[in-house]
Amino acid sequence: MPIDTLFVDPSRCIGCRACEAACRECDSHKGESMIMVDFIDRGLTVATQPTVCMHCESPVAPCAQVCPVLAILITPEGVVQQADASRCIACRNCVYACPFGVPKIDLNARLMKKCNLCYDRTSQDLQPWCAQACPTDALWYGTYEQFTHERNGAAVRQTDFGTQTVRTRVYHVLPADESRLRVGIDEAGAVLSGEGAQQEEPWIL
Amino acid sequence: MSVNKDIFDPARDANYDFQSAGKPETGWVKSDQLPDTLVPTHCCFCGVQCGMYLRVSNGQVTGVEPRDYPHNRGALCPKGIVAYQQVNHPDRLRYPLIRRGGKGGKLERASWDEALDYIANRWQALQQQHGKDSVAIYSGSSMTNEKCYLMGKFARVGLRTRHIDYNGRLCMSSAGVAYAKAFGLDRAPFPMTDIPETNCILVAGSNVAECFPVMMQWLWRARDNGAQLIVMDPRETPTARTADLWLPLRPGTDVAILNAIMRHIIVEGLTDEDYIATRTRDWEKVKAAVEPYTPEMAERIAGVPAKRIIAAAEIFGRASRSMVMHARGIEHSTHGVDNCLACINLSLARGQVGKQGGGVMMITGQGNGQGGREVGQKANQLPGYRHIDVLEERQEVAEVWGVPENEIPGEGAAATEMVKLMASGEIKSCLVICSNLMVSLPDNAVVARALDNLDPLVVIDFFMSETAERADVVLPGSVWCEDEGTTTNLEGRVIKINRAADPPGEARRDWEIVSELARRLGRGQFFDFHSSRDIFDELRRASKGGIADYSGITWEKIDRQSGVFWPCKTEDDSGSPRLFSERFAHKDGLARFHPITYTPAAEEPNEAFPLRLTTGRVVYHYLSGNQTRRLGFLNGQAPEPWVEIHPTAAARFGIAHDDRVRVRTPRGQMELKAVVAPTIRPDTIFIPFHYGHQHAVNQLTNPAVEPTVKIPEYKVCAATLERIGSPLPSTQQHATENLTPANAPRMFPYTIGETKGPAAILRKADDAH
Repeated sequence: MPIDTLFVDPSRCIGCRACEAACRECDSHKGESMIMVDFIDRGLTVATQPTVCMHCESPVAPCAQVCPVLAILITPEGVVQQADASRCIACRNCVYACPFGVPKIDLNARLMKKCNLCYDRTSQDLQPWCAQACPTDALWYGTYEQFTHERNGAAVRQTDFGTQTVRTRVYHVLPADESRLRVGIDEAGAVLSGEGAQQEEPWIL
Repeated sequence: MSVNKDIFDPARDANYDFQSAGKPETGWVKSDQLPDTLVPTHCCFCGVQCGMYLRVSNGQVTGVEPRDYPHNRGALCPKGIVAYQQVNHPDRLRYPLIRRGGKGGKLERASWDEALDYIANRWQALQQQHGKDSVAIYSGSSMTNEKCYLMGKFARVGLRTRHIDYNGRLCMSSAGVAYAKAFGLDRAPFPMTDIPETNCILVAGSNVAECFPVMMQWLWRARDNGAQLIVMDPRETPTARTADLWLPLRPGTDVAILNAIMRHIIVEGLTDEDYIATRTRDWEKVKAAVEPYTPEMAERIAGVPAKRIIAAAEIFGRASRSMVMHARGIEHSTHGVDNCLACINLSLARGQVGKQGGGVMMITGQGNGQGGREVGQKANQLPGYRHIDVLEERQEVAEVWGVPENEIPGEGAAATEMVKLMASGEIKSCLVICSNLMVSLPDNAVVARALDNLDPLVVIDFFMSETAERADVVLPGSVWCEDEGTTTNLEGRVIKINRAADPPGEARRDWEIVSELARRLGRGQFFDFHSSRDIFDELRRASKGGIADYSGITWEKIDRQSGVFWPCKTEDDSGSPRLFSERFAHKDGLARFHPITYTPAAEEPNEAFPLRLTTGRVVYHYLSGNQTRRLGFLNGQAPEPWVEIHPTAAARFGIAHDDRVRVRTPRGQMELKAVVAPTIRPDTIFIPFHYGHQHAVNQLTNPAVEPTVKIPEYKVCAATLERIGSPLPSTQQHATENLTPANAPRMFPYTIGETKGPAAILRKADDAH
């Protein structure tokens, strides 16, 4: 069985951190969590979002490209692994190179650690723990075809950081009419952002 | 809603946080190996009762694996994932404790014989002197049907007291009564797997996302199929955040909106007249009762724009299949039964109850909240949902128990009333199991006085709770996976909990403790159980012919067909997932409408207390928090309560985000951290309830109860705020590190010229001085 991919749908995230708890239970990371759940802005909303390794395909794995000791290896299926413990020198190049802020440094182990798509599970035709546990399917594991058959929303794998585009293995789920995720500033220097909450009549009297 | 845990721990740096902080450690620390066996079981927490496997190596529970069960499909919330860490937890009670020096003394280690004999002797003396009813049982619903059944029998046959009730009284007792009144049977009428077939979901007073996280996947499947979601909640919960329509009503004003929706449906001719005529009674009364509830009137009462109430009525009223779901938000009220009946009225008027993909569903909160109220531990009930005041039903149970009918005592006091009897001295001693009254009952200063009035207060628990701290005898019991038995989840699905470990130290299984107590009271012949299966088999016989008939359910059948829905009357009967498709459970087969009018909450805001205080759950904790506050991962996310305040209200009281504030109500006051965010109504504040001692919001809540079922009004009371000062420095212990020049990893472990040898040792010695 080929390894499928993850779909991250922040609109469904309830901030319960089941994924963080589940990640610790996986044989891959044994008690440590490689997934992060963040409040977008608790002062405005209860919205939250999980962050997993996006397993960049093009350009292929910026973290691996900048590794001076070739410690970050990529499987034939395109799963970007965490640093090989026998090679990693904890230089943190990968931390600076990652456009999504995924790799973490374990100071005591002198080792970069990150999500490896639960390779021990997914290579055995099981789901990654995070998607398996997610109570709302905000994290969902499967193929693009299955996803579009079962779910609403646009699954996009292209993120524009200003003028730099990254295509990833993992998909973000956006509102149905969005085809790409754009962050940062565009060529003209304008700040890219959503339209924001439009002014509307008050909901509460 | 939950908050960013950084407010408790501003120094935390997520870049170095592997979430491995906190005790107890994950199974990986103790055992870096694959499990020998996977024990199929279910989560011990909320009413969803998700399926899970426990990893067991060398007889020790070391972790959890997903289990694809029909209603959770392998998903688990964070509570479910770390539930297994309770098993070998260092805080477990391992031997009996007894307060030898009287009330002022300390709890000291005792032998089982000393503790049990003391209890039995005291109870016999008390009952001889003050009558049988001077000893009471306060039970709970987060334990198996077998244990719940046993507690009911122990009270009526072992102690022969009429005073037994349980914490379900505080949970959904109002919904139970409403369903019994309207349908003649108290159970959610459809399985969760039906939810994707609906076109509209109206959620009244339930934060499904945080209280029943795994149920959300079914709501989302319905939404993927085009269903619209309407949420009535004073807070922008994660459930409400993405809803198609959110009605942020004032706490306690639900009936105004529900009746206004009903009125609009009638005016627009959207009622199902055929259904009403053939399957229901008393419709005309409802029609008359809702007539005054114009959208404008509802707007005035509930503080939600009339236009949005009409929009909700249009969506709900025009959906061919619609569901109403409700939970504690409307049930924790002095008119909780009315609130639930108003929901039921809506669903009946649209002809939905009994239709596939339609109906009304109460979302029961406790692990075994459904089963716990059917098997005879409620003040007015006998097993099988039988009534304690109906002669034939008493006789049926007396026959199974082998006691004369007239020896079974009558109806006792409700849990909330029991406290008053303890305070007045009518109840002299109480056995508390599976409950933490000091956190869960309203106005807990009164509860403390009542408990201290008991001699002895006996508590069976597996962790030292705020209630057990006040006990005269504490008996160490078992966590859920140290015993086997059945629970009944919020759908009415009876499922099987399996044993994965043995109780630690001298701790015992709860049913063994209670049976042993019965023996020492000279009633052992009625409690001759050798396994939980013996108890279940007796429960099957005791429930036979009752409304909640378990007689056809076997443990094997539960395994074979992934749960059995009651009623299940014979061995060949596969159970009843969907109820009321042809007739309701009343004798005439008809459902009842009940005319409902709006009554304000018992305590409305006034000049001195201008805000409404409402309480609720957060996703990381369960009930009184005695379990989840001990699990590092969960407690790390929400170690203490906070008060959620709208920026407008915060400005009025001069409060900024993160400030320490004092919240006052006519009962008391407490200090909390402020979370200022526009995710709540400006006239309402919210505090989560899972905490004890100075952090218990039940220092503030109103003990007013619903007149018939005695459920307290946790969800609304009058309150005011005052600022104390800026935030205190964090006291959190976290295993995270911030990168500084001193601790930053170096490219090479040693500076140039340095060796592992004496130089390094010397340097270490220098550092030490």
